[in-house]
Amino acid sequence: MTTTVPVVENILGANERLAQTNRARLDETRTFTVNFMASPGAGKTSLILRTVAALKDRYRLAGVDGDVATTIDADRMAAAGIPAVQINTGGSCHLDAVMLQGALPQIALEDTDVLVIENVGNLICPANFPLGAHLNILIASVPEGADKPYKYPNMYRGVQAVILNKTDLLPYFDFDMDYFRRGVEALNPGLAFFPLSAKTGEGFDAWLSWLTSQADAYLTP
Amino acid sequence: MHELPFVESILKITLEHAEKANAQRVIALDLVVGQMASIVDDSVQFYWDILSKDTLAEGAELRFKRIPAVYRCWDCGHEYQLDGEHLECPQCGSLRVQLIRGDEFRLESIDIE
Ligand SMILES: Nc1nc2c(ncn2[C@@H]2O[C@H](COP(=O)(O)OP(=O)(O)OP(=O)(O)O)[C@@H](O)[C@H]2O)c(=O)[nH]1
Ligand SMILES: [Mg+2]
Ligand SMILES: [Zn+2]
Repeated sequence: MTTTVPVVENILGANERLAQTNRARLDETRTFTVNFMASPGAGKTSLILRTVAALKDRYRLAGVDGDVATTIDADRMAAAGIPAVQINTGGSCHLDAVMLQGALPQIALEDTDVLVIENVGNLICPANFPLGAHLNILIASVPEGADKPYKYPNMYRGVQAVILNKTDLLPYFDFDMDYFRRGVEALNPGLAFFPLSAKTGEGFDAWLSWLTSQADAYLTP
Repeated sequence: MHELPFVESILKITLEHAEKANAQRVIALDLVVGQMASIVDDSVQFYWDILSKDTLAEGAELRFKRIPAVYRCWDCGHEYQLDGEHLECPQCGSLRVQLIRGDEFRLESIDIE
């Protein structure tokens, strides 16, 4: 005899519960955590390194880098002078809450004010796997084209800011800024938006002052 | 590729509920999938066939209920389905719109015997 058993469970509920556990852990030590997501090569590492260089006298920083196989990006963070932990995802295309939970004991959270996480380069999955970070930031870049909000709407809906990197390349690409902005606005009305170049530093001041205001509000309530 | 962790999760939830209900076998699963959930039915089926092997749920049928994306306009209250890339409210042209349905991804029920 066949019976129907009601389940009504969110498929990703387990990850979400674990993300809350991570958040609670980070809140215990008042570690403001920022998760950077972007497609491969959009400039996550470049932007993090420039941000870290500007903020390392102000906060005690640490980094987590998610990569499919190598430790290149974590090594670059360490070379920039911040303690960095590498998570090799073993082929998986995103970080999830379980992986972050595994990495947290390797970080001296008591001595960390701001933790930056570089997610795996991917515009689909990270949106579905919250980690427990306080801020989720999407980095788009000029060469990717202005249609990305339309093609990857989930990524744009769950974030607290969008950065448009590589603005130094605007003269060489027919990037339709208005089309891009309208797409972002529709998915996430009023979202903070920072066009900048991690290479030249153009536009960085606005981004840094927003980030520090978010971090300060958390660290000194 | 990216459906794999979803399917692992579906299988885990299914087996938990099946065991709790003392099921001999799981016959079918009813999944609710929103248009904006970035889930491809065929990929889910592909991983399901592999992962469910040698479990209570081996061979269970996957039934997908698709939910279209519905937006609501903050300015005029109009509700509408997404038409291609045109996110604007078709009634007043506003871009202050919000997704109110279409990002679901859940296991609604399982049929067991
Ligand atoms: N012109 C220009 N190039 C940039 C900028 N930011 C990063 N790049 C270049 O883009 C390439 C990729 O930068 P990364 O910072 O490694 O990008 P990523 O997102 O960390 O890449 P993965 O971790 O491999 O996904 C490098 O060659 C950078 O030098 C920018 O603002 N302008
Ligand atoms: Mg990188
Ligand atoms: Zn309207």
